[in-house]
Amino acid sequence: MAFGGNIAAIKPLSFSHGVHPEEYKQLSCNNPIERMPFVAEYILPLGQHIGAPSKPIVRKGQKVFRGQKIADPEGFVSVALHAPVDGTIDAIDLFTHPNGQELPAIKIKCDTFSSQLVTPQEAGDPENMDLPEFISAIQEAGLVGLGGAAFPAHVKFSIPEDKTCQYFMVNGCECEPFLTADDRLMVEYAEELLDGVEILNRFIKAEKLYVAVEINKQEAIQVISEKAVSRNCPIEIVPLKVKYPQGAEKMMISAILGKEIPAGKLPLDIEVLVSNVGTMVAISQYFRKGQPLIERVITVTGTALGRPTNVMVPIGTPMIELVNWCGGITSDAARVLLGGPMMGMVQKRLDVPVIKGTSGILALSDHEARVMTEYSCIRCGRCVDACPIFLNPSLLGMLAKKGFWDEMAKNNVMDCFECAACSFVCPSAIPLVQHFRVAKGFIKEKAAREKFENRNSV
Amino acid sequence: MTDRKLSISTAPFLKEETTTPWIMWQVVFTLVPVVGVSYFYFGLSAVMITLTAVLSCLFTEWLFDKHKKSYSVKDGSALITGLLLALTLPPGFPLWMVFVGGVVGIGMGKVIWGGLGQNIFNPALLGRAFLQAAFPMAITTWSNPDGKYFELRGTNDAFPFYQGLNIDGVSSATPLAQMKFDHIGTDLKALLMGSTGGSLGETCGALLLLAMAYLIYKRIINWHITASIMLTVVTFSGIFYLIDPAIYPSPWFMVFSGGLLLGAVYMATDLVTSPITPKGIWVYGIGIGILTVLIRIWGGLPEGVMYAILLMNAATPLINRYTKIRTFGHQK
Repeated sequence: MAFGGNIAAIKPLSFSHGVHPEEYKQLSCNNPIERMPFVAEYILPLGQHIGAPSKPIVRKGQKVFRGQKIADPEGFVSVALHAPVDGTIDAIDLFTHPNGQELPAIKIKCDTFSSQLVTPQEAGDPENMDLPEFISAIQEAGLVGLGGAAFPAHVKFSIPEDKTCQYFMVNGCECEPFLTADDRLMVEYAEELLDGVEILNRFIKAEKLYVAVEINKQEAIQVISEKAVSRNCPIEIVPLKVKYPQGAEKMMISAILGKEIPAGKLPLDIEVLVSNVGTMVAISQYFRKGQPLIERVITVTGTALGRPTNVMVPIGTPMIELVNWCGGITSDAARVLLGGPMMGMVQKRLDVPVIKGTSGILALSDHEARVMTEYSCIRCGRCVDACPIFLNPSLLGMLAKKGFWDEMAKNNVMDCFECAACSFVCPSAIPLVQHFRVAKGFIKEKAAREKFENRNSV
Repeated sequence: MTDRKLSISTAPFLKEETTTPWIMWQVVFTLVPVVGVSYFYFGLSAVMITLTAVLSCLFTEWLFDKHKKSYSVKDGSALITGLLLALTLPPGFPLWMVFVGGVVGIGMGKVIWGGLGQNIFNPALLGRAFLQAAFPMAITTWSNPDGKYFELRGTNDAFPFYQGLNIDGVSSATPLAQMKFDHIGTDLKALLMGSTGGSLGETCGALLLLAMAYLIYKRIINWHITASIMLTVVTFSGIFYLIDPAIYPSPWFMVFSGGLLLGAVYMATDLVTSPITPKGIWVYGIGIGILTVLIRIWGGLPEGVMYAILLMNAATPLINRYTKIRTFGHQK
């Protein structure tokens, strides 16, 4: 690898353990980001982020403009919501959320005669802002982490007084198979990405800036490195090995710094902040163009999809419209997922909207969705060699089958972040991570109940 | 496209292709040449013993399979037990005893624990240990490889519940017995090629090394187990050899004679009965190595691999417990 510029290491770094699923990225990694024609209706759930749902500030029948705020944040852990198109508010009612529940949402009828230019919002000048102003600005921009969890960005960037951020890492690993949205974003929006990092670092004041990219994204590494040199941006590009789950925060930090986040702590406890590449681009677009978070890049792909594509999609677009724009699902489609194949959620209906946390839509054929016969655990230890946080999934799996939740908690099942590497390798096809999700639910419930009872007895 | 039914489940939606039956069948395939060599040296006797052991194991597995869906018969694990049991027996062993060994191995070594994955002891070795205790004469009566391909040896055809009469009238000694009782060594080349007396599978060291290489390459057996046993045996017996080469056997002899290779490649590496933690695996391997050398040099028996492995099998749950892996982000 002969790169100019600020490539941190020639030899790609990584964490220990992990797995190597087939990548399937070639389906869409060379397809430039497209835009799809505007559709008739957009549905915007008020709760698209972790935290309290936003509070609508529009009424039925009101005309709204593309980029206009339509809902305010409700409290600190919440963000604003904006209209993704010019149109009229059609309803504020319960609609099916991608998570399957009926939840409040705003439905907008698209104005077919509009030019659909973004109406710029008053973002303020980041060069003349103090930290609280910046924090409230990105809350107003509706910014959330675009990696998938959709945690409000301003909460993450509000560094408590007693903590400092020494290292800031932009996560461009995209270790999930199939997904190429971040890859394309890094190639096509490198300038905005670096600009976003520079704006953010005026406030978080990290000493070291990194962009972590798996080495299967050579073009992205090349482009970012060139742009960083020409902008004179003090950022280092860190090539990482192609291994799942390289993009998990804990794994990425341990690969780059060789440090472990203590159990139950946050990256900030070891002076690290991590954010997704999409979030950086969104910061730049808000402050430079006044465009709040009204669209995002989504990889629509899969072995059972007509035309795998990376699309810049307005938030709120019904999935069925998006999937049909990308060639529709083929006749052997067996499953449609949101997110990647390792950690994504299965989708049972496609009339739900794309939300801020949607990173990919995958249509898998019968072959990938095949059901395998489950055998007894033969203690082969493949799961032990796969688990990136050194749990013993074999033991945990046996305990789960007996319902020994307490014993599982003692064996640190609560540390499991459900990367599913254990289920992926298990030759006996035991649904290990699925068992762990159930166990974690029981353990949390029990802890909550005990807390409640203790409070009552005092 | 809308009437297409989509199936629901939770992540992950990708799965490595390796399955448990595939692992088992790979082991079976590597055992085929080993069985072939035993036919080359011991003729029809080898075939009859192998067939009997395999049939007895599959029959017992089927008998206790309460669903009668033959899942457990098809997964190949009982077949492995049968083949391995056969390979630990002397060529002239009565066939009815072989059958009993198979029933005990699968019955008491596996199904009473709950079937595949639940047992503490390696079923083939448990069956053999039972035979050693029940029929100590028959199991220590060896015949040398000869060119007779179509003749039965020793007491193969003994009537059930009878010891049978050893027509040959002679029983030859294995290299280990010669070493133990007479301090006579055996040529390394003979040990590698297998032209010595011994159990069906105790003969061709070279072939076992090949099978080991393949299984390690395919990541079916854990090389740490095989390596830790071999290294321990070589080091531990090497120390005594250096002290007095006249009394103690050379480390090479220790590795290539008897059932050590067969045990280190196929039996100690049994996934179910070996530890799962990286450190535990070395504790286990070193334990087997030391016990083998101790039994061979100072024990009452010429061969100690079987008991060494069974003893360490028994220690496996304890080893797993005391060699817990440190979880990411936790203090030791």
